[in-house]
Amino acid sequence: MTAFLIRNIGQRLILLVFISIIAHSIVHLAPGDPSLVDPMNPRMKPEDIARIRAAFHLDDPLYAQYAYWMRDLFTGQLKSFKDSQPVLEKIWDRFLNSLPLFLVTTLITWCVAFPFGIQSALRRGSVLDRGGTLLSYTLISFPGFFLAYICIIFIVKVFDVPVIGISTFGLEDAGVWLQSMDRIWHLTIPALIFASGSIAVLSRYVRSQMLEVIHMDYIRTARAKGLSEDTVIYKHGLRNALLPFITMFGLLIPALIGGSVIIETIFSWPGLGKLGFEAILNRDFPVILTLNFITAILTLIGTFLSDILYAVADPRIKLQ
Amino acid sequence: MEIAEQNGEILTELQISPFQEKWNIFRKNRGALISLWFLIFLFVFSIAAKLLTLYSQPFDPATVRLSEKFLPPMSPFKSELVQPEDAPPFGIYLLGTDELGRDVFSRMLEGTPVSLTIGFVAVGISVFVGILLGGLAGFYGRISLGLITVDTLIMRFVDIMLCFPTFFLILTVVALLPPSIYNIMIVIGLTSWMGTARLVRAEFLSLREQDYVMAARSQAIPEMRIIFQHIVPNAIAPVLVSATIGVAAAILTESALSFLGFGVQPPDATWGNILSDGKGYIFDAPWLTFTPGFTILFVVLAFNLCGEGLREAYNPKLRQQR
Repeated sequence: MTAFLIRNIGQRLILLVFISIIAHSIVHLAPGDPSLVDPMNPRMKPEDIARIRAAFHLDDPLYAQYAYWMRDLFTGQLKSFKDSQPVLEKIWDRFLNSLPLFLVTTLITWCVAFPFGIQSALRRGSVLDRGGTLLSYTLISFPGFFLAYICIIFIVKVFDVPVIGISTFGLEDAGVWLQSMDRIWHLTIPALIFASGSIAVLSRYVRSQMLEVIHMDYIRTARAKGLSEDTVIYKHGLRNALLPFITMFGLLIPALIGGSVIIETIFSWPGLGKLGFEAILNRDFPVILTLNFITAILTLIGTFLSDILYAVADPRIKLQ
Repeated sequence: MEIAEQNGEILTELQISPFQEKWNIFRKNRGALISLWFLIFLFVFSIAAKLLTLYSQPFDPATVRLSEKFLPPMSPFKSELVQPEDAPPFGIYLLGTDELGRDVFSRMLEGTPVSLTIGFVAVGISVFVGILLGGLAGFYGRISLGLITVDTLIMRFVDIMLCFPTFFLILTVVALLPPSIYNIMIVIGLTSWMGTARLVRAEFLSLREQDYVMAARSQAIPEMRIIFQHIVPNAIAPVLVSATIGVAAAILTESALSFLGFGVQPPDATWGNILSDGKGYIFDAPWLTFTPGFTILFVVLAFNLCGEGLREAYNPKLRQQR
């Protein structure tokens, strides 16, 4: 067990090094330079550009730039190209903003997808199953921002509540009740739209897992023993059907951060996705790279935890 | 007599080719069948659309008629300010006009082949890379390169790629590269091959041990021939399913890139950039948003349903549960 843990963590650290190298090369080898963001500005003289390039170490060889990035990242000195703010602090602030969105989205996804997937597997071929299947496919096929626009117009027209941003401007002095309601409205709509696609995917997956499990011999045995249907389905069936979902935890993180770019841009939500998008527009290499790097770390931690959880949940798997 | 009849039935059942058997299952799924016909129609349509927009004056999507802007769908052409040769096809704006008075119908026609090409080329690249790397890992996985084996090397690379937030990566690269339709296709293709590689590797690992591969080896058939003639055709089914769904995903990714302003640049039209151009006028000219939006929805839906039908046809496990 200990040997497994050490080897596993070691492998992941090596992976992380390669991830950082690949991310760094992709960003730096692609044409398009931070000093070229504003080429039409007449006040930018060649000397200025040279000074900027020197300040950002852009004229150094690639491995030196990589070394500078790593050194600054681990000493916490890494500064954004755009406004010279510390990158880690910036990302942390935005992460705190994104966190409620991610949590609520994940919560909605699971609370809807699991019961729905289970029910449509149990009532295979019913109206619920067929309708749900069609609805899932429709939700998967919607271009995200098109769905968001339709929803925004609908919500604003019918319920007359503002949904853009993290809270309504000018409500800082309002009562606690009004402010928290305002926050909840602002949070729910993006989270619902963010969740819609993953609900569809996940409920399909739950359904097929559940279908596979209820045809197993041990379910027939459980029924033959005379156990109640609920015990058969939820204790014997569901627990086995849920096993593969443990492995999905880890890959949830890149999906959330990647997907948040669109949702946060639409709703002007000042979170990680929007930070990344702004950084890309400004060619703010330290922010882009660090965001990628942190996502990779989170993902690796996530997959590591799910590996261990899987072994804990499924006694057939032995960690070697 | 009865026995003879039964034998006859069994015989006809045996005579069904594997393809026909799968086709029969596929046909039973009505959604998938309708989607398939819809997609076949769409391919023919997109070829016609390409020819029409290239060679026919009324269908020219770049014709600007500033006095005719923001006309709702089905408005007849009766302007005196516009030259008669700039009239829209059939003298009617079937899907209305946009902010420059361009005919939305012609623009959608122009966008159809472009959007489909993006989907297919991107998926083609991802399937090619996926089969290549997955096949290498599956077939030559045990060969060691110094410290690590080929399999470890390739699968760790897959792990690395899976750690990146895909859309963010695509966006980074597309934003840094000069905007061009080819870059978009290549980038989408090169960031979505990991699933295919894993599928192909798993198939190769099990197929490599099959008796028919052993038989082929014993006849001293060259390895390349074994791989491409004997193993790949048997491993292709799950790839086909994921490729069909991949086309849908690529079309959606393109529209998302267009929304953020990094898609195919004007004046070229794709469904994605017509949709994102139209979003600014959603209250005044809702047809500019809804026409491309629902087109993307239906086409992507058709690809997804078709993929699901294929999955059912090729997966014996799902079939037994019916």
